[in-house]
Amino acid sequence: MSKRRVVVTGLGTINPLGNNVADSWEKLINGDSGIDYITSFDTEDLPVKFAGEVKGFDANEYMGKQHARKLDRSSHLSIYATEQALKDAGLDTKNRLGPNVGIVLGTGIGGISTTEQAVRTFDERGASRINPLAITQLMPNSSTGQVAIKFGIEGPSLTITTACAASANAVGEAKNMIQNGVVDMVIAGGTESGTTSMTIGAFAQIRALSTNNENPKEACRPFDKERDGFVMGEGSTVLVMESEESALSRGARIYGYVAGYGSTTDAYHITAPAEGGKGAVVAMQKAIADAGLTKDEVDYINAHGTSTPANDKNETAAIKTVFGERAYEIDISSTKSMTGHLLGGGGAFEAMVSVLTLKNGVIPPTINLNNPDEECDLKYTPNNAIKKELSTAMSNSFGFGGHNGVLVFKKD
Amino acid sequence: METNEVFEKVKGLFVEDLGIDESKVTMDAKLEEDLEIDSLGIVEVVMAFEDEFDIEIDDEELADVSTVGQAVNLLHSKI
Repeated sequence: MSKRRVVVTGLGTINPLGNNVADSWEKLINGDSGIDYITSFDTEDLPVKFAGEVKGFDANEYMGKQHARKLDRSSHLSIYATEQALKDAGLDTKNRLGPNVGIVLGTGIGGISTTEQAVRTFDERGASRINPLAITQLMPNSSTGQVAIKFGIEGPSLTITTACAASANAVGEAKNMIQNGVVDMVIAGGTESGTTSMTIGAFAQIRALSTNNENPKEACRPFDKERDGFVMGEGSTVLVMESEESALSRGARIYGYVAGYGSTTDAYHITAPAEGGKGAVVAMQKAIADAGLTKDEVDYINAHGTSTPANDKNETAAIKTVFGERAYEIDISSTKSMTGHLLGGGGAFEAMVSVLTLKNGVIPPTINLNNPDEECDLKYTPNNAIKKELSTAMSNSFGFGGHNGVLVFKKD
Repeated sequence: METNEVFEKVKGLFVEDLGIDESKVTMDAKLEEDLEIDSLGIVEVVMAFEDEFDIEIDDEELADVSTVGQAVNLLHSKI
């Protein structure tokens, strides 16, 4: 029996580049950076003073103060992105979506700023003054529950917390859910708003972050010799995914196909990738096979490309292992060079980028790539977008914990 | 403190701190139905009352409070 095909019919996003899909795409193909000095808190005592922040979004204005103050920012962003995606898919957001629609969202660290605030209140004022809404805001599944409540999503729900692979896994698991006939439609994506003084400090302690405080917009430079770590970012991206029959029967516009998904675990080290990207290699191979393709049919790779010394080297090695000599011909880019690392929101954003790359026939660049590392010698689309008709795209996401989530998309 | 002064302070808390629409906050307004303060929100309201009026409110004292007016009367009796 042939598998059901899964399509993307709606996209929504809010991220450091823009607060909707069109603006974000324009910035991506222009090679603009969404990274800048942090404005939401004081960074004086921190070793890193920049990040990719969402700009010009006021949750009080969007959903009213009475409701907004009950939710963590990560949930404000996911509700905002979901509403865009549902409208984009031609769905009526006034009606409940019901039991034949599922939701799978990824997040790395849930409502971490709520957690931090509650701890501070406890230390300063005692247990009786802790925000009674703290638990409902800080739990990692809070966004999944809040989005489901807002839009009446009554089918299966999952929250995936595989760090920086979380929302790639979310899109992949959603694809399987639809393919296996569990439901006909899944709202899939990810959200993260975890840039706080504590997380900046803690990531800096493990030397994971770029410390290029002089030039924030040039700090994220995947595959470049001068790269010195990733840049934290926040945002949410949501895809409306459904079976092809469902999309055709309601006359929905189809962006593209989620064709393959591969998921593996390094089982090696909690932060470092396995030497040569061993786990990543198998995830890529599985995703290609799941899509019913051969390795010679992948046209574009949206790399994980975090700008850490270890990731970019090992990911490059893994791509060479999977594709052999052809690795040198495949167009690759890391859009994290422009957004920073959206952590649990990254996989879904890059899934969106992959779908749009195929649909629009334009490959967004890897910016700040001026002097490639000797060990990073593939075609990373440095600094300028390329126009090119493509049929298939692959998106890599790897997370602390050793989680690898790889997605393959087809244009038709 | 007079009852109407207590009401004005309560109204101020609801509007400024909790973001509730000012026009909804009347003595007759029902906390849950009219002001959309659910069981989690009540805990927040009590915390705000305790801080504002420097009092302590036991859970049992809230058993009969379902409107703004009843809350105002409870607070008035404790100040």
